[in-house]
Amino acid sequence: MIRRIIALMIKEFLALLKDKQSRVVLIAPPLIQLLVFGYAATYDLNHISYAVYNEDTGAPARNFLSNLEGSPTFHLAARLTADNQIAPLIDAKKVLLALHLDPYFTRDLLLGRPAKLQVIIDGRDSNTAMLVLGYVRNIVNRFNLEWSAERGDPPPPALLKVRYWFNPNLESRWFIVPGIVGLLTLVVTMLVTALSVAREREAGTFDQLLVTPLRPAEILLGKALPGFIIGFFEATFIILIAVLWFNIPLRGSLLALYVGIFLFLLSAIGVGLMISSIAVTQQQGLLGAFLFLVPSIILSGFATPIANMPEIVQRLTMLNPLRYFMVILRSVFLEGASPGLLIPQYWPMAVIGLVTLSIAGWLFRHRMY
Amino acid sequence: MMKTSGGQDSRRGGGFMRLRGMVRKESLQIIRDPSSIAIAFILPMILLLLFGYGISLDARHVPVALVVETPSPQAVSFTASFSQSPYFSPINFSDIKSAEDAMMKGRVDGIVWLRENFARDVLSPGAAAIGVIINGVDANKARIIEGYLQGAWANWLGQYAEGLGRPLKMPVVLEQRVWFNPELRSRDFLVPGLIAVIMTLIGGMLTAMVVAREWERGTMEALMVTPISVKEILLGKLIPYFLLGMGGMSLSVGMAVWLFQVPLQGSLWVLFGTSALFLLAALGMGLLISTVAKNQFVAGQVAIITTFLPAFILSGFIFDIGSMPGPIQLITYLIAARYFVAILQTIFLAGNVWSIIIVNSLALLAIAGIFFALVRRRTRKRLN
Repeated sequence: MIRRIIALMIKEFLALLKDKQSRVVLIAPPLIQLLVFGYAATYDLNHISYAVYNEDTGAPARNFLSNLEGSPTFHLAARLTADNQIAPLIDAKKVLLALHLDPYFTRDLLLGRPAKLQVIIDGRDSNTAMLVLGYVRNIVNRFNLEWSAERGDPPPPALLKVRYWFNPNLESRWFIVPGIVGLLTLVVTMLVTALSVAREREAGTFDQLLVTPLRPAEILLGKALPGFIIGFFEATFIILIAVLWFNIPLRGSLLALYVGIFLFLLSAIGVGLMISSIAVTQQQGLLGAFLFLVPSIILSGFATPIANMPEIVQRLTMLNPLRYFMVILRSVFLEGASPGLLIPQYWPMAVIGLVTLSIAGWLFRHRMY
Repeated sequence: MMKTSGGQDSRRGGGFMRLRGMVRKESLQIIRDPSSIAIAFILPMILLLLFGYGISLDARHVPVALVVETPSPQAVSFTASFSQSPYFSPINFSDIKSAEDAMMKGRVDGIVWLRENFARDVLSPGAAAIGVIINGVDANKARIIEGYLQGAWANWLGQYAEGLGRPLKMPVVLEQRVWFNPELRSRDFLVPGLIAVIMTLIGGMLTAMVVAREWERGTMEALMVTPISVKEILLGKLIPYFLLGMGGMSLSVGMAVWLFQVPLQGSLWVLFGTSALFLLAALGMGLLISTVAKNQFVAGQVAIITTFLPAFILSGFIFDIGSMPGPIQLITYLIAARYFVAILQTIFLAGNVWSIIIVNSLALLAIAGIFFALVRRRTRKRLN
């Protein structure tokens, strides 16, 4: 039995790797994508262009503005002399925000009246706008504290002392790169498995496989194992780059991580083979793979939190193996999770894998077009 | 089914007849294999529904642990500002240990910690410290939560000072005006971007296999021996898929406006003109993949790799392009979706800002032109 499975595996590997184009497609894109996306996918703002319209000539106004000019994040793009210069700059996305200090800024500050700082911000990208407002608010708070202290005014009754766990400098790369490990592992496994049965169906060789002494379970294993081996190496390779190149801390146990990888591959291959055995042509197989890949990436918590989704969509994500794998990757990398803490993530993937693989095996014999 | 007569027609009329025949053949193929129609209409509908509701950066009801070590009127007034806020759903703890435990298990995203001497410190001249611990794994979410906490804190400061009968004196007050999206609804900027991501996918998928399929099945040779020219073959393949794509696009725009209530500030005509340009670029890319790849297998894989993920990550749809490192920013110039995302976000939220629309449309036009030139060259070479 083992010899038959190995023979089928060798055939599958040959089908995947004999063609140079197909080989390249399996190896080069994940590497390039990891590097490009690892750098590209960031929520950290490090270049905010702003314009200043300062009608006040006093030193406190200049002091206030120097706080922004000294920041590496903010980049002064224009000094304005009239109110109506603001709109064209923001409309054309030349600046993200404009600060307006009215002529009474210094006077109000010195008299102890609230001095108004007007901030006009481009809300087209609401997330960026919200983050920038946060930065500006922090700068204002800091200025206020210093100003009050210098004048001997009492400080506010209480202050927030904020600390961040697991990612003290809030680098979004630490969050995104482990996510990319899951993303690319899924894409590669789907590529390998989703067309494997459909291609044989289209070529008519699947019928030949069925009349060989191979039992459906053996065909299933022979088709699943190559995806497993490729996915396993691919995942290990990407994790190595995440740790060695991107310097993402890997704090948890490798056992916890690899149990996760094993179960995730099981479920991804199950889904891939199920799609492949439903499809009659390669085009349908590809369509199916796409139809599974795209929602499972977007609804995995990779870029936007699952907690923000409506209740129904959150329930739907329970069917998504990538959702569980994302949690595992991030907990093991950043939170140092142990296998015991991840059991709630492990078992759903095992269930998804077993169910889809059984359906795929059943379809081998029962789907005759 | 292939056109065979018409040899005596004038060249022009014959060309038109041949083109019409080719369009007819492709259209029949589309109608008989309903998967193309599903890709063009049902897929964008499902994806937009799922993602329009599914993707949101607005955190609501963030679970936060409130640790009050010694109850006091001051602590109560502070924690009350949390219970009122729609942004938090606070869970009360009496010691920091159990709160930290809840954070490790992922039950809360942050901890607000009022120590036992909080009341005394508030009443004494110095400032009391409120400990805040936020789970920083998702850095973006952590920043948003911090912003909400700052807001709750500022509210409390104001209320507390008012309660004492001396309004709070802030040296500088921030007056913020958010243009185009005053409520900062993330859906308003994500849905237009999603249309670009989804249409990249649709365009690529529709066309990625059409030429590879003809080669694989050997029908390309059959087409080659007819009097039809390469240009006519390509046009004949393009026109039906273009119409399908525009149908899907209209559906998406309609859903964005009526279902998701995204305001459409610019004109519908500009939107459709730029959409047509973008669709040409997306279809051109699919056709190019299809002509370069030797078989459907490779064409399909390349389409998956080059359409969806780059449009998702490198287009500025969700990750700000200005914050990417320089070399990566250069790569984004190659992504057609990048220009379309900028156009869509502007037309929907800001209106017809020509400086943005014209520049990005020209870029789309150039990309479409390059793709078609490449397709044309590759196809002609193979004829020889």
